Amino acid sequence: MIEVQHLYKRFDDRDILMDINMTFRDGQTNLIIGQSGSGKTVLMKNIVGLFTPTKGKILYDGRDFVKMDKRERVMMRREMGMIFQSAALFDSMTVLENVMFPLDMFSDMNQADRVKRARFCLERVNLKGAEDKMPGEISGGMQKRVAIARAIALNPKYLFCDEPNSGLDPKTSLVIDDLISSITHEYGMTTIINTHDMNSVLGIGESILFICDGHKEWEGSKDQIMASTNEKLNSFIFASDLLRKVKEEQTLSNSPLKGEN
Amino acid sequence: MFITKWLAAFGRYLQLMGRVLSIPERWRMFFRQYIREMGSLGVDSIGIVLLISFFIGAVICIQIKLNIQSPWMPTFTTGYTTREIMLLEFSSSIMCLILAGKVGSNIASEIGTMRVTQQIDALEIMGVNSASFLILPKVIGMMTMIPFLVVFSIVAGFVGAYATAIAGIITPDDLTIGLLHSFNQWYVWTSIIKSIFFAFIISSVASYHGYFVEGGSFDVGKASTNAVVSSSMLILFSDIFLTHLLA
Repeated sequence: MIEVQHLYKRFDDRDILMDINMTFRDGQTNLIIGQSGSGKTVLMKNIVGLFTPTKGKILYDGRDFVKMDKRERVMMRREMGMIFQSAALFDSMTVLENVMFPLDMFSDMNQADRVKRARFCLERVNLKGAEDKMPGEISGGMQKRVAIARAIALNPKYLFCDEPNSGLDPKTSLVIDDLISSITHEYGMTTIINTHDMNSVLGIGESILFICDGHKEWEGSKDQIMASTNEKLNSFIFASDLLRKVKEEQTLSNSPLKGEN
Repeated sequence: MFITKWLAAFGRYLQLMGRVLSIPERWRMFFRQYIREMGSLGVDSIGIVLLISFFIGAVICIQIKLNIQSPWMPTFTTGYTTREIMLLEFSSSIMCLILAGKVGSNIASEIGTMRVTQQIDALEIMGVNSASFLILPKVIGMMTMIPFLVVFSIVAGFVGAYATAIAGIITPDDLTIGLLHSFNQWYVWTSIIKSIFFAFIISSVASYHGYFVEGGSFDVGKASTNAVVSSSMLILFSDIFLTHLLA
């Protein structure tokens, strides 16, 4: 479980995050949503320690990440896995070497076991046979799956995904979403996904935090989001005509008038 | 304003070097990277070093013979001067200036691209000291390979000079006498010591420029240019001090 308490982040004279409070539970997919520039990436970077908060606490199962010294942070980071927007695979290494990298760095396994574990992770993301390919030789969706395999290689307790569907077609996005969701449930990880993909929100959003202009605007689940009366949330979620129609149809179907008719 | 900016950059460089010069987290991974860097920074530079040194050796020999050599000078002057230029300046300083262009831009663009594509962030998230992991093998690899490149350059320069003898510009005997005349072994060591300092400058300064890139491909290109310019300037400045110190 990750708890964010009264988190503030300021860059020069600009407040980017203001009084963010949220609990990200384990074994479920926690989504951070918001418009571009709302502060969701800054929030995630604070949580993973790429930025230091101006004020506030970030508790990993009760351990305050902000107050940890350098060594404690390094140890803590070994419990984290992250999938970046660009996949961030090491382009001088093959797919297998990418997945083996965290094992090479931090595990005491022998070479054969490391290869076995890396192959298992690649199979888990349905990438058997791509071991010897270079990142430049595989598609964007495959790169994301390699990134997932690399992120889970060390069995992390916490998984972070920064816009994992960015640049992918809707079908591949669904595959990635399903993969992240199933891995989260399978390993009981605390997963935080930063997204503005509405398919992800409505598909795997077990817990959703909506950020608007650096403030926490709304918190709930995918089931609650359709019925929300929060204006800012609705204008963000139902910005597309298609979703607006879905919302209208759902509202009509739930309307007491329909029953009277 | 300029001085403040320069001091801030220097402070940031020192901080980065503080992170770079730390004990590797995994020696196995360090050696793997180290071998790779010796290959890409050193072995891959042998061709250009040999080519340039060969022609410069030949050209120096021709220029000295045609423009300096005269009847009242000893016949070994051409060979002697060629040797002194190759040993004292070309194979260490000038060759390192050339390598600053080739290797420096390579390092800056490689690390810069890793920065903009979030590969460095990925290393940090994993708990890896990205500065040490990426930069230390490059610095040590470059410092290991540079003495070999210096020796190759000296030899290629002399071979170039002998090529002019084949062309009839100088007699091989005069050249041999000149190359061996008053030979001081210390000059070879001077050249190697200087080049090791320059190798540190090239690899660390280029890494600094690449590591702190912000933006996209345009900024990576800019960082690459800045790496070459600043490492070349530092080589030239430090050459004065090192030459004076080692003379």
